[in-house]
Amino acid sequence: MEKTIDLINTRIRDGNARAVRADQMPDIVDELGVEGALREVDVVTTGTFGAMCSSGAFFNFGHSDPPIRMEKVWMNEVEAYAGIAAVDAYLGATQKSETQGISYGGAHVLEDLVAGNAVRLRAQSKGTDCYPRKTLEIELTIEDMNQATMVNPRNSYQSYVAASNTTDRTLYTYMGTLLPNAGNISYSGAGCLSPIPNDPNLRIIGSGVPIFLCGAEGMIIGEGTQASPGNGFGTLMTTGNMNDMSTNFLRAATFKGYNSTLYVGLGVPIPVLDEEVVRRTAVRDEDLKTSIADYGVPNRNRPTLREVTYAELKSGHVELDGEEVKTSSLSSYKKALEVADELKSWVESGKMQLALPTRRMNTEKTSHPMRDRARTPQVRDIMNTSLVTISEDESIQTAAKRLLRGETNHLPVLDNANRLVGIVTTFDISKAVASSGKGEKVCDIMTKRVVYTSPTEAVDVATHKLERNNISALPVVDENGKLVGILSAIDLGKLFERGWKR
Amino acid sequence: MKLLVTFSRKGVKQPLIAQTVKDTGVLINVERAFIESNEGELLIDIPDKETKIITDAMEKAGARVKQMEDSVIRDESECVNCGACISVCPQDVLSFNETWTLCIDSSKCVLCGKCVDACPHQALSLLP
Ligand code: SF4
Ligand code: SF4
Repeated sequence: MEKTIDLINTRIRDGNARAVRADQMPDIVDELGVEGALREVDVVTTGTFGAMCSSGAFFNFGHSDPPIRMEKVWMNEVEAYAGIAAVDAYLGATQKSETQGISYGGAHVLEDLVAGNAVRLRAQSKGTDCYPRKTLEIELTIEDMNQATMVNPRNSYQSYVAASNTTDRTLYTYMGTLLPNAGNISYSGAGCLSPIPNDPNLRIIGSGVPIFLCGAEGMIIGEGTQASPGNGFGTLMTTGNMNDMSTNFLRAATFKGYNSTLYVGLGVPIPVLDEEVVRRTAVRDEDLKTSIADYGVPNRNRPTLREVTYAELKSGHVELDGEEVKTSSLSSYKKALEVADELKSWVESGKMQLALPTRRMNTEKTSHPMRDRARTPQVRDIMNTSLVTISEDESIQTAAKRLLRGETNHLPVLDNANRLVGIVTTFDISKAVASSGKGEKVCDIMTKRVVYTSPTEAVDVATHKLERNNISALPVVDENGKLVGILSAIDLGKLFERGWKR
Repeated sequence: MKLLVTFSRKGVKQPLIAQTVKDTGVLINVERAFIESNEGELLIDIPDKETKIITDAMEKAGARVKQMEDSVIRDESECVNCGACISVCPQDVLSFNETWTLCIDSSKCVLCGKCVDACPHQALSLLP
């Protein structure tokens, strides 16, 4: 048996369509079998509610008198992109306020507009013969605009990696707060309730398909930016009219130490046309895998700590290296359920008609990293290899002499086995002299917790370490634990003299 | 029972905790302490039934004592029940119930503030 989209739409119009939430589908299929489920269910509704940084809206403000060609535009002091046409702008959710920083970003402006609040529009221009006006500053509500059209370039990830952090300090990331020593795991996505996992071959999900977007009836434009469905990371580009949206399903947020972002409620209704749709929508959290990535490694290819299923992530604990680690989600499963329920009520009440894609997406496609021809400089390119070191048993006086002679401010301290055990600076020695009686040997006064780098670390990352720890040199230790150089702020200075750009 | 004890170092001359333990015989668990040059704040944990005797003893010594019952405050209109606060809490104060709604068991809270930082919706605050 097969059902046509027309048949399903007729049932929707007549109020006879039966819709069920995606998380309920597996049990229905277990009970009725694939054929039975196909007969009984007309539409499966999906839903997700999570941080979607890649969100924003196009606005048309209408013309003022005299007219202005807005070259620069701010909405509540958050800059929008105005290089479009005279009175159009695109405001991105992650743009931060020029006066309030990340605590109020583009996302907050969008939420304010949807809430019905007035937003202060400020614009600048050089002035032209056709657009003589140079400045403008007014209050606008969403109703005062000709269009407020949300466009999310990349939305509704098929799956996303979960995050943990093996370093010894807390990281503040777009995946939330990550505690040191893999103290927690954070993940995003609604698992079996998310849209694409219910149609991984993108057969039913594609351009032109009507969706639920922040409470409004929106539409899928097509493949999202960076879409990589070939390896399980498909994304969607979506749009919807902000006038119809509700703050119930659109919320601004700020991740400490990272940025502002927008929480977007999105759901795709999937018409149950044939047995393949039934089988795909019967997916369970146990079947959906992702990996836990180590966000402590600041590289593009973050190491995977292990594979997990959404069922494990949602359980609240995951075992990592023999220990139970708490998991928590950034996206709201409760809200995702609300989205799918709302969509279900739209279908069953005849409010929403369904459509098949006007154009299919390429499911083989994978996204590739930046083609970066200029190799970024590594620590070994600029580190100082003429090492002056000292052993931990030597006297402070010897260290002082060596520092004076060695034209350096940092003396790496080695133990008997030549391993790096500390660092002594001119400051440590002055301190020791000033407060005499602290000890006589290097090991009494050295800094034991040494922050170090490796020869292959990117200079950017090493610089970040210097800044974060407020220090001026880093010992360079190779993979065998051997000290091979020292990187100082002076070496970095040379790098820029040579014309390398960060 | 957790108690938040505030005292000025001028007003409280004797060693507050030691003296209270000595006078009452109740064992006190200090969970957090912020001691400034002229004032201090302590979060202590004691058996529920000893709340009154400890409160009285400390107040007599010049300290102010507040029972910590609803230390974690959630702004329900801001909270979206994402759960980003759950895994950062060292005390398992925060959890989901069966409807994926955030539940807070404040009695275990040690006021570390991690959840406040972790909430993307700025929905959490601690007892002032
Ligand atoms: S303040 Fe600390 S202990 Fe209290 S609920 Fe928040 S994270 Fe948990
Ligand atoms: S992180 Fe904030 S918004 Fe999310 S559940 Fe906790 S209190 Fe609510």
